[in-house]
Amino acid sequence: MIFSTSDWALLAPELLLTAGGLILLSLAVFVPKAKEEFLGFLTVLAVVATAVVLAIVAVAAPRSQGPVLGGMFVLDNFALFFKFVILLTIGLTVLASITYVGQAPYPGGEYYALLLFTGVGMLFMVSGSNLISIYVALELMALASYVLAGYFKGEVRSTEAALKYFILGAFSSGVLLYGLSLVYGVSGKMGLSDLAQTPVTGDGRQLMVLGILMLLAGLLFKIAAVPFHVWTPDVYEGSPTPITAFFSVGPKIAAYAILARIFYVGFPRFYADWGLIIAIVSAVTLVWGNVAALLQTNVKRMLAYSSIAHAGYALLGVLGFRTGYGLWGILIYLLAYAFMNFGAFSLVIFLETRGYAAESVSDFNGLARRNMPAAVTMLVFLLSLAGIPPTAGFIGKYYLFTAAMKAGYAWLAVLAVLASAVSLFYYFRIAAAMFFSEAAGARLRASYALAAAVIICGAGTLIIGLAPEGILAVLKNCVPGGY
Amino acid sequence: MDLNSIPILSIVAYIPLAGALAIVFLFPKEKTGPIKYFATLVAGLDFVVSLPLWFAFARGRSGYQFVERASWIPSLGVEYHFGIDGISLVLLLLTTFVGFIAVYCSYSAIADRQKEYYVLLLLLQTFMIGTFCCLDFFLFYVFWEIMLVPMYFLIGVWGGDRRLYAAIKFFLYTLAGSVLMLLGIIALYFYNTTGFLGYKGLGNAATFSIEKLTAVAAGMPVELQIWLFFAFFLGFAIKVPMFPFHTWLPDAHTEAPTAGSVILAAVLLKMGTYGFVRFSLPMFPQAIQTSWVLAVMVTLAIIGIVYGAMVTLVQKDMKKLIAYSSVSHLGFVMLGVFSLNMAGIQGGILQMVNHGVSTGALFLLVGIVYERRHTRMIAEYGGLARQMPVYATYFMIMALSSMGLPILNGFIGEFTILQGAFARNFWWAFSAATGIVLGAAYLLWLYQRVFFGELSNPANQKLSDLTPREQLTLAPLVLAAFWIGLYPRPLFDVVRTPSEQIVRALGGKTETDPALARRSAPPPATDAGAPAVAEVGR
Repeated sequence: MIFSTSDWALLAPELLLTAGGLILLSLAVFVPKAKEEFLGFLTVLAVVATAVVLAIVAVAAPRSQGPVLGGMFVLDNFALFFKFVILLTIGLTVLASITYVGQAPYPGGEYYALLLFTGVGMLFMVSGSNLISIYVALELMALASYVLAGYFKGEVRSTEAALKYFILGAFSSGVLLYGLSLVYGVSGKMGLSDLAQTPVTGDGRQLMVLGILMLLAGLLFKIAAVPFHVWTPDVYEGSPTPITAFFSVGPKIAAYAILARIFYVGFPRFYADWGLIIAIVSAVTLVWGNVAALLQTNVKRMLAYSSIAHAGYALLGVLGFRTGYGLWGILIYLLAYAFMNFGAFSLVIFLETRGYAAESVSDFNGLARRNMPAAVTMLVFLLSLAGIPPTAGFIGKYYLFTAAMKAGYAWLAVLAVLASAVSLFYYFRIAAAMFFSEAAGARLRASYALAAAVIICGAGTLIIGLAPEGILAVLKNCVPGGY
Repeated sequence: MDLNSIPILSIVAYIPLAGALAIVFLFPKEKTGPIKYFATLVAGLDFVVSLPLWFAFARGRSGYQFVERASWIPSLGVEYHFGIDGISLVLLLLTTFVGFIAVYCSYSAIADRQKEYYVLLLLLQTFMIGTFCCLDFFLFYVFWEIMLVPMYFLIGVWGGDRRLYAAIKFFLYTLAGSVLMLLGIIALYFYNTTGFLGYKGLGNAATFSIEKLTAVAAGMPVELQIWLFFAFFLGFAIKVPMFPFHTWLPDAHTEAPTAGSVILAAVLLKMGTYGFVRFSLPMFPQAIQTSWVLAVMVTLAIIGIVYGAMVTLVQKDMKKLIAYSSVSHLGFVMLGVFSLNMAGIQGGILQMVNHGVSTGALFLLVGIVYERRHTRMIAEYGGLARQMPVYATYFMIMALSSMGLPILNGFIGEFTILQGAFARNFWWAFSAATGIVLGAAYLLWLYQRVFFGELSNPANQKLSDLTPREQLTLAPLVLAAFWIGLYPRPLFDVVRTPSEQIVRALGGKTETDPALARRSAPPPATDAGAPAVAEVGR
């Protein structure tokens, strides 16, 4: 029998989260708009419960086993790490959404349910050990995301964001699927470890490389690397801000997980073919992301370009796969990125729920006078995004720079550090607005849920920055020797 | 009490941090009076606590003292590792000394957002002290970068009209330099462990220990040394600042509030020269002695001296004038350091302290009239000597100290540097000496225009002379100027051993010029250089 009961037990977290989403959907029918906060807290509960179950599974399941469910699903430390990070980002998104969605004239139940469904997709993605299961999970995540982008259906920009995201996303999925079919056509295999062991020679090799590159293109779209990034600013600007915050961390992190898994497990022997391409894409992404961000006056668009730039940094880790530093670097960097980027966005959400459009940098004017803790926390996130020690962003970038140096791409490391220095210029426009400008007005207070999200992000950013040893030791185990 | 048995360096470093936190949490922001007295108390306490270091420091012992060592990030080999040698000691004490004055001089200058101001000033103090104490490159980099943040805010919030521009320019310039230094550190780390870019690593255990990596770096192939030298060079040269990386300095200095300018001049610029002396020289001896590298360095230093002085000459704004003079003075320090001999390096270190004292005091003095008149334009003044005789006296002493008049501190430093430069090459010393002439010119001309002549501007006729508090901020600096000018020997004693180590690492002789040694009264063999200079000084 292919599916044994014990295999199903490994899927308990995913099943629980699916059930949570379905329950929310049905409950939402009975909950009036005024009481929707309750649904939000229920969603947090579902996420926390899933995390607990995941922890139990992590402790109980034998880690040595290979893929289960017919080679479709693998639960290794690498997947576990990403699952926890994904649950973290969803939990944060829900906390940041409660006030925001409560103020919006749209029903909240579906919103939370869709958020959980993207979560289910991502949880499956990071465990995927077969190109087909990865693709299906990716689509589950993507479809739910398209709807979330257009959640403010009465607003033109939200609809536009959803449409752009959908069309370009569908196109990139097509490219990915086509690449996948080429790979399958040449090798006859779909499982990642099978692919790694299948020798490909002669004419087939070129087709295989073409297939791999198309796969790569599809994934680069998901992580918003240049030149597959054009959707990002519009989608980020138009989507409801908590969803923007979520897009900038959750789906990206999941996409990085499968990018890492596919290329590290599946195609290591083609490194010579994809290595240089990744290096070039990374260089272009870093430079373009940072330069374009310099020109933005809209905060959401600026953070969108900044997240493009960060995709470029993380690609340095992909380059460094063969050195051991790369994979480790990606893990620590993505965790840091989840905290700092979500943190920065949650301060934008904070302003938006307090009556600002949070569109232009000037909305941050005088925040230091109106809520000093919020301004200081934002400063921590900005410093971290710019890679200034002692913050998580610095530790993450440190690893990525070492990975690039070790992989022999010193020129890319030089470019990356310089781009990183330039990024300070636009991040600190916000800092300057917060601390240097005067703005009249009363004190601003955050809702408890949002404050909790900000505090979690701030604590994560500072702890990884000041005392990274604990998390580094854990992550060491997440980069198994089998990789 | 044995200072080696307590973590004295950490205590000195974190007293200001603790003070800053106390202000944040204990003082409501309306209570500006208690906040500034408390901040002064903390900075003063820090200076007092740092003083025993001077007496307990064992002169003549090589290596580091008061070492503290603990594991921080074992996965990377990063340690929390503090310790000082003579060079760090001198700069550490300069920092606690000037830090106290910076807090004390801000009472009337800063009226707005005082709580934040004193918190930032104290934070900056911790980060600067930390930088001078680090014996681990990773930790060093952390302090080195984080230091920029409070300075950015000090300039940006309490600065002059163009403060936004000056603040971000300061931050970006220095950051751009230091990120390349980070790559240099990473490269060193790999060279010591597993290798990179085709260089076979030494296979040692991962470490960022400055002592260990310095030894490793000195054994690297020359071409790699040159690459890494330039990676570090950018970080340090921008901070110094060496020509042509100096353009941030006039803006930052001019726009910063008085205390910010004082700290910038006295301490932050020293980070760059400290980096050259403590890191670049012992780490990359072959790279530095490669003739073209040395030629580039010395040329830049000399251009800095002469060009800096010439630009200073034409300034119309007093503060900008003092700022540009720093470019020239720091050029002297670099020339001394790159003379690569005992006199040059010791003179360079001494001149770092001198510049901190003299230029710091000049910024204070300019700040004092700015508070009264809200202008720094030289043309607005004239004849101040009649109205503010005490002020004029202080200004005269510090201007003379800055231009290198004997019996004051500047002379000792410049003379020793020229002595070092002369030993290498006559033309180096000659070109640098023209800088001294120009220095006298711009300072005396400034003095003439501001203090002599008729008190023609009616706005100046009501100016009051120095208050007791203002005198108290200036007096310690004047005393320091005379102390170093008359009896520099204790300072030379402290920096001799580390300087000898550096010169030895460069393969040079550590004996001082016999011609000078002969003139000094009964010279103990190890003690030749410093008293000789002191003699000449008189």
